[in-house]
Amino acid sequence: MRKPRTPDFRKTAPMFAALGDATRLRLIAALCAGGALSIAQLTAGTAITRQAVTKHLEVLADAGLVHDTRQGRERLWELQPSRIDEARRSLDTIAAQWDQALRRLKAFVET
Amino acid sequence: MNASTDRIEKQVLLKAPRERVWRALSEADSFGTWFGVRFDGPFVEGERLTGKITPTQVDDEIAAMQAPYEGTPFEWIVERIEPMRSIAFRWHPFGIDKTVDYSHEPMTLIVFELRDAPEGILLTVTESGFDKLPPERRAKAFPANEGGWVHQMKLIEKYLARH
Repeated sequence: MRKPRTPDFRKTAPMFAALGDATRLRLIAALCAGGALSIAQLTAGTAITRQAVTKHLEVLADAGLVHDTRQGRERLWELQPSRIDEARRSLDTIAAQWDQALRRLKAFVET
Repeated sequence: MNASTDRIEKQVLLKAPRERVWRALSEADSFGTWFGVRFDGPFVEGERLTGKITPTQVDDEIAAMQAPYEGTPFEWIVERIEPMRSIAFRWHPFGIDKTVDYSHEPMTLIVFELRDAPEGILLTVTESGFDKLPPERRAKAFPANEGGWVHQMKLIEKYLARH
């Protein structure tokens, strides 16, 4: 039996829920650009408190999107790219459904 | 409501006469043939139908993806018909999990619009109403995304590629 290559949405849904917040998306974008960053670096130039950012990072960590590492006394945060890849794959799968449907329509009306 | 997360838009140029495109969209059997669905009645404005997923004959890979969902019934409402110009439906987007009852959830609106183009018909499909879906379903249901998540994900992808 052929196994469909659809991602496990039950697994990916919490990830999207975690991303459904402007602050957390901004954090992800910052981490994408900057590698491993400290709380101080992540809050620099923003009005948001260190406590709030830590909370947001923990939500992202629970969803498997980021993780922290200790470097001396500092706690650094970085992306967990494989989970983001997984989220992207699940979206690509969903996105493809309309594209596929329209391709079928095209074939259907043009032949 | 946020325009970028509530709505999807897709366009395709169909090199076929308007009549043919219209039939493919407005006749339930024709629609079902390319969409991969069998409907239990004709498309009549204001009517509620039941569709059942039937794997396409056209593409093995897609058929394999659809196979686990074969026979799954789903609700389909014919919202509006403007002959030869536009047709609109409502459904629970990709509500294909047999164990989930979608009936209490809001439906999204799908609108097909036909416009003349130099080589045929430019078909625009929009699906809207995603902002009203429950968050868990939203992650699942946001298909074909130009807006919203895909946009965000593209942004992330771009950043990742640079890094």
